[in-house]
Amino acid sequence: MQNAEGAAPGGPAGFFILHFSCFLPPCPRVTASNHQWRKAKNVFMQTLTFVCAVLVILPLLLVFYHLLSQGAGAINWAFFTQLPKPVGEIGGGMANSIAGTFILISLASLLGVPFGVLGGIFLSEYSHHRLNWWIRFTADVVNGVPSITWGMVVYALIVLPMKGFSTLAGGVVLGLMMIPIIMRTTEEVLQLVPNGYREAALALGIAQWRTIVQIVVRTAMKGIVTGVLLALARVAGETAPLLFTAFGNAYWTHHLTEPIAALPLQIFNYAISPYDDWHRQAWAGALVLILLVSAINIVVRVLTRDRFSVRSI
Amino acid sequence: MSNVSRFGDRAFKGLTLLMALSVFVLIALIGLELARGSTTAIHQFGWRFLVSSDWDPVNEKYGALPFIFGTLVSSAIGLVIAVPLSIATAVYLTELAPLWIRQPLTIFIELLAAVPSVILGLWGIFVMVPWLRENLFPLLQKYLGFLPLFQGPIYGPSIFAGGIIVAIMILPIITSVSREILRSVPGLQREAAYALGATRWEVTRIAVLSYAKKGLFGAVILGLGRALGETMAVTMVIGNSPQIAKSLFAPGYTLASVIANEFSEATTDTYLSALFEIGLVLLGVTVLVNALAQLLLKTFAGPGVKQ
Repeated sequence: MQNAEGAAPGGPAGFFILHFSCFLPPCPRVTASNHQWRKAKNVFMQTLTFVCAVLVILPLLLVFYHLLSQGAGAINWAFFTQLPKPVGEIGGGMANSIAGTFILISLASLLGVPFGVLGGIFLSEYSHHRLNWWIRFTADVVNGVPSITWGMVVYALIVLPMKGFSTLAGGVVLGLMMIPIIMRTTEEVLQLVPNGYREAALALGIAQWRTIVQIVVRTAMKGIVTGVLLALARVAGETAPLLFTAFGNAYWTHHLTEPIAALPLQIFNYAISPYDDWHRQAWAGALVLILLVSAINIVVRVLTRDRFSVRSI
Repeated sequence: MSNVSRFGDRAFKGLTLLMALSVFVLIALIGLELARGSTTAIHQFGWRFLVSSDWDPVNEKYGALPFIFGTLVSSAIGLVIAVPLSIATAVYLTELAPLWIRQPLTIFIELLAAVPSVILGLWGIFVMVPWLRENLFPLLQKYLGFLPLFQGPIYGPSIFAGGIIVAIMILPIITSVSREILRSVPGLQREAAYALGATRWEVTRIAVLSYAKKGLFGAVILGLGRALGETMAVTMVIGNSPQIAKSLFAPGYTLASVIANEFSEATTDTYLSALFEIGLVLLGVTVLVNALAQLLLKTFAGPGVKQ
């Protein structure tokens, strides 16, 4: 028997015959040529799906290539230490935006982590509660709510009553978005803790809540932290919900009631501006942001390759 | 001692339950706040809001049709491009690829999922749109110009460009959810097909894909939910012009991008309220689509498989 490729008809016509034959029902008669035909089809589909996989990661490679080639040149010391310059002046940096992003995600964690982790503990440890299906379902649906609508909600809740865009509003909107994400990842890693641990602790007469806190949560701590970090990485890149909550700021922010700059907001404003120097800085900002986000993702994946790995969100 | 621990147990369970219940508060909060914000517009325009295509803030005329149109068309283009690619990739990753290639490829796809929308938009403005304008669009016009879809002047920023960006944004989510679905297909299914002498691809087609159909459909619907709500990247490349054009090369506007662009500039109460109503429409559609997706995925996967 020759190898499978030998049986494939050549040229574009062969390509199409092979392609469409994949959708035909399997032939009941088994003959030598039929066998070769099926093997050829197999090789063809393997190639086709491989090409699709390459096409899927192609945008990633292109984005990284352009970020490096356009952004790397614009990164210098001033970029990390200076405030943005007014229109027309060359130079300046994104120091306040970088700091702003860290401040916003810290505020967000204050809200998102306790709600998310404790909610996740409930879903995993009291898994027979009759509301659990609904909580899980709602968390997943809330997770799919467009981020821009979160911005409108917090605008109505905080910005309007306080009569101004604020750091607080920006932190709250990102924090609310983190809750369902962390809840689901925490639940997932807690379920990886073997039941024997729980049973052993309970058999020693330890109260259930102490078993959960001191045995189950401690065992899965690495996984929980991973989930929190991934949620942080995700909200750190959010722009839409910040447009009318944190709003952006060309200067340093000194109070929770003042608007604050954030890296994604600054990238957006610079990208849609008509100035070349701002475009250059937008590329640099994007490079810093993507390095931050990918670094978290890669570190997390390397750290948790063993048992407590978390699915991407 | 036992009283103390019983109290501790109750208190801890109550506390965690309270935190878990916060998701109900969240969804109610979103719905109520958006509904409250849009009461003025709902009273003033009624159902006409959804079918009118006038968007004229100066004369206080608001109709959401161009945005609904833009959202649906860009999402449709996104799905047409993304669904075959991502399902094929998921099939490759779980069934056909050599083992050593699977892990790195999966990491790449997860990294693509982590690329913030605004960065993809930046890349879209300065790299993708010029390339489309110079290369792909003229080519399409030359060979498919007899279709009204590919006629008319080429600007670059267009509904088509928006659709391609949407496709890139939803590729990773459809791929990773489909991959989970395919991995949850029982090994016995495959072994049975192999035992009949099927090739690898035949096993995939007969035993795996037909078994996973419902779950894969769920993955696609989940992608649709993300596509409808995608904001920043689309806003940056779609052209932001409230019109309903036959040509895919014409600029358009989506529900999410009109909110992103005009919300902080809305000067009158009616204007702001109209934007809130657009948010309410967007929320309603995405919640329905997401609920459907989750139902499909949960009923497919059963209790043992997480999604």
